[in-house]
Amino acid sequence: MAKKRTEKSGAPSSVNYAKWGYIFILPFFAVYIFFTLVPQFLTIYNSFFESYRVGLQQVGPNFVGLENYKTLFSPDSSGVVLVLKYSFNTMWMWFLGAVPQFVIALLLAIFFTSYRLNIKGQSFFKTVIYMPNLIMAAAFSMLFFTLFSRVGPIQALLVKWGWIDASFDFFSRRVTVRGMIALMNFLMWFGNTTIVLMAGIMGIDQSLFESATIDGANSVQVFFRVTMPLLMPIFVYCLITAMIGGIQMFDVPQVLSNGNGAPNETTRTLVMYLNGYLRNKNFGMAGAISVFIFAVTGILSGFVYRRLTAQYKEPTRQRRRRKGDVL
Amino acid sequence: MKSKKLDANARGLIKLTVLRVIVYAILIFLCALCLFFFYLMIINATRSNAQLATGFTLLPKENFFKNLVNAWTDTSINIPRGMLNSLIIALSSAVLTTYFSALTAYGIHAYEFKGKNLIFTFIIAVMMIPAQVSALGFVQMMTKLHLTNSYLPLIIPSIAAPVVFFYMKQYMESVLPLDVIDAARVDGSGEFRTFNTIVLPMIKPAIAVQMIFSFVSSWNNYFVPALLLDKAEMKTVPIMIAQLRSADYSKFDMGKVYMFILLAILPVMITYVFLSKSIIKGVTAGSVKG
Repeated sequence: MAKKRTEKSGAPSSVNYAKWGYIFILPFFAVYIFFTLVPQFLTIYNSFFESYRVGLQQVGPNFVGLENYKTLFSPDSSGVVLVLKYSFNTMWMWFLGAVPQFVIALLLAIFFTSYRLNIKGQSFFKTVIYMPNLIMAAAFSMLFFTLFSRVGPIQALLVKWGWIDASFDFFSRRVTVRGMIALMNFLMWFGNTTIVLMAGIMGIDQSLFESATIDGANSVQVFFRVTMPLLMPIFVYCLITAMIGGIQMFDVPQVLSNGNGAPNETTRTLVMYLNGYLRNKNFGMAGAISVFIFAVTGILSGFVYRRLTAQYKEPTRQRRRRKGDVL
Repeated sequence: MKSKKLDANARGLIKLTVLRVIVYAILIFLCALCLFFFYLMIINATRSNAQLATGFTLLPKENFFKNLVNAWTDTSINIPRGMLNSLIIALSSAVLTTYFSALTAYGIHAYEFKGKNLIFTFIIAVMMIPAQVSALGFVQMMTKLHLTNSYLPLIIPSIAAPVVFFYMKQYMESVLPLDVIDAARVDGSGEFRTFNTIVLPMIKPAIAVQMIFSFVSSWNNYFVPALLLDKAEMKTVPIMIAQLRSADYSKFDMGKVYMFILLAILPVMITYVFLSKSIIKGVTAGSVKG
């Protein structure tokens, strides 16, 4: 028996297992190539063709080179470059939600990790603030629409308190519609950011805080001189992934404005613009917008890529810092 | 001298207490803000259309079951069918995405082969690219293959999920020593059997967490399904919710509308109530290392 075992244990080095590696990753790659990579190239390919519908009549596809891109970046009849306007809308609404998202998430992460404060009921608080992240964005947006509509309860309450006039309409003003979208984005994401930043703070070597305190640093100094610099890589990672998410903003403004970017196209986002062309089957323009969004996310993901691969280049230093748990 | 020191201590204690009060106030306010809109939704789902017209209230009424029956039996928005469609798609996606991501991660983790590092780098590089930017080609291909109004194009692509792969890979690095695999080989276990009977049980927590996340993201997914599904009996829940928005609003029974929204988020909420602890742990476990 023992002899048999040693004989067999010699085997793994002589048998070639490499083929199993290929077999195991094969389904993933076959599906990735067929359902993502090929469609990606097809999308880029489409952007060089004129292909749209007028009524029931199909125009194209005819090769037009960079014509679609030229159209995309040239002003329309009223002198506005739509893609830039919608990019601006997207960025602005993202920004309005992201500023409170990151400020509050950072504050909460510090509260939760502070030994001095020793916050009780942390699991409860975390459970509640993370909850909106899992809610269907379309349903959340529909809920806001019904609650804030002219016949909704919030309008009724604010009128009763005399804060707004009965004729006030949350959906006819740019600032309130954008504000609602930003509020929803904030509510959906600040809990997630809090938890990630918390894990980051807990990963910092505890002795650094101790020695800073012994050296006489107060909590503000500890935050700016110790916590923040060491948290920076994760903070930046969070910020960039949030930006990538922001560029994809679609469900919330689409449902809230019923797809028309009301009021007056001020809440139409880039992906809503793309969705419009996909729906009326203007594949040339849809292709050009897709490539534009692809390029922007591509640049941002470059940073994420560098962050994620760095930990594989310096495994020992990175691993040692990782301690503690989120809950 | 002694009293001065005591003074400083007392002052420090007062400062800390004040700080604590402020922190708890902030936390309670944020929690209230998170719950407020959902609380209103639940309350309003218990009110009839006439009661809703009377405005704001924080107290429930007695029409919950009436609204539930009305929503459930509505002829223009077939919510039971929508929930069934969403359930089939989300459950299948969750199973496929976790199994195949784990299999792929295991392939990279446990074997040495040519091009392995290149493949690994490639997956990380494409991880952040959103589905929207290839949606055009995807919809075109699915239309050509007559796969619109089918579950398949919403289920099969979940086999290749780079983010889940990355999570699994990191998890395996921390819990799966290669000696275990060698030991299994010595005992004569085949490679596939080793994966299914030894590796999968060892990474159970990661599988569970990723199944929940994939289920949720598939259940909530709106952009691509809305481009592929236009037959009434194939529509998923988010498409129906968006449809609710574009319907003629003034004619709607608002109690029913709140009930639709409640039904749309209910399965995820129930899951969350029971599994919030492991879900929150899963948020960070694989994504970033400190």
